[in-house]
Amino acid sequence: MRTLHLPIGEEDLRSLRAFDTVSFSGTLYVGRDQVHQRLVRLLEEGKPLPVELAGQAIYYMGPSPPLPGMVMGSCGPTTSARMDPFTPQLLGKGLKVLIGKGPRSQAVQDALKKEKAVYVQAFGGCGALYAKTIVSVETVAFEDLGPEALLRLEVRDFPAIVAIDSHGGSVF
Amino acid sequence: MSLAKRIEKALIDAARILPEPIHKRIEWARGEEERLDGKSAGSKASIAVLDAIVENLRVSGNEWIPMCQDTGMFDVFVDVGRSCPLSHAEIEEAILKGCEEGAKNGYFRPSVVEEPLFGRKNTKTNMPPIIWWNLVEGRNVEISILLKGFGSENTSATRMMNPTATEEQIVAAVAEVVTIAGGKPCPPIFLGIGLGGTMERAAYLSKRALLREVGVPHGEERYAKLEEKILAGVQATGVGSGGLGGRITALNVAIEHEPTHIAGLPMGVSINCWADRIAHILWEG
Ligand code: SF4
Repeated sequence: MRTLHLPIGEEDLRSLRAFDTVSFSGTLYVGRDQVHQRLVRLLEEGKPLPVELAGQAIYYMGPSPPLPGMVMGSCGPTTSARMDPFTPQLLGKGLKVLIGKGPRSQAVQDALKKEKAVYVQAFGGCGALYAKTIVSVETVAFEDLGPEALLRLEVRDFPAIVAIDSHGGSVF
Repeated sequence: MSLAKRIEKALIDAARILPEPIHKRIEWARGEEERLDGKSAGSKASIAVLDAIVENLRVSGNEWIPMCQDTGMFDVFVDVGRSCPLSHAEIEEAILKGCEEGAKNGYFRPSVVEEPLFGRKNTKTNMPPIIWWNLVEGRNVEISILLKGFGSENTSATRMMNPTATEEQIVAAVAEVVTIAGGKPCPPIFLGIGLGGTMERAAYLSKRALLREVGVPHGEERYAKLEEKILAGVQATGVGSGGLGGRITALNVAIEHEPTHIAGLPMGVSINCWADRIAHILWEG
């Protein structure tokens, strides 16, 4: 198991290989279907994004409500393929780490290689496990989307497996 | 305790605790993965997935957090005794109340939209449930509620097989559905297979098959054998836990069958994730 800090450093990123088990600590963004659509729409309209994506990580997730005293409820990954149509454009803006579950389209695989980014698979269905890794949560944009808004998370010891590395290596 | 309250409690528990036979199956899968391979990168990754699942279940049981954030859609199967003293209306009222309260007091994620295509407005309550009624002998009411997650539901399928289809063709068709699904339904998976009836009946039967206790084979020997063959065919896909490659892709296969038309062999394939959450409530009349 490799322990890594987020946002990820260039050297760490290049050293990751498909099938590596990793544990992340640091900052990552959360966005799923609606956030992806909106970010790409802003790009297409030539407007600025609400957050700087360069070097950052994004987690595809939609949590259950937090229990009293917790910052977040159950929060495992959602199916990544639904973000495929939007992902290459976000990688073009410098996004470096994608976290979700399941296979990606050819276009995403190509973009990962071109932009030297990685796709990491979180453990599907393990929402309780991930709830324990969340240190803090902050809504940063698209508040009107409620539980689907763009969030920034502070995580500690967030486990996952590298699925597609920046050299084109893949578990699929 | 009222029937509604019992339903509420069973749902809240089901989102957090899996029954013992499922824990045993997950343990079995880990053992098989080690025994059959355990060395390749895919097999090692599969073992890491199974270990994460075990740890996740420990956390969800101890800290009362739903094991998965997708607490699913309520898919309710009601077997009502023909001599049951409760009316359908009373049973329905209890189900609706139990589901609504269960979702709220169980911290379920609001995962239901009121209309499928245009607005997709969230009902915020996980209502309405889907309710299937079935008449049986006796005075009891038996209610089984699947907390049906959609990562796995999106990969379920129906196939209209030829009436001359062989066992091998059935096995191959199921294996194909599982291969297309890959890692999306959070394998290792549970498979419910419905054979016969019409298109929608086969799909219904495949869901009913998921309700049978894990590890209990079909009562008819030839169908019990077919369940084993399908299980072997699905393991041979190499999808593996988490879809990362590995020797074990499915934890269990259950079949239900019914009469059908001379010209067809409808087949429903319901895929459920390892988080096979089912609330069972028996009301004795
Ligand atoms: S497929 Fe099942 S285990 Fe996976 S995220 Fe969906 S509900 Fe949870």
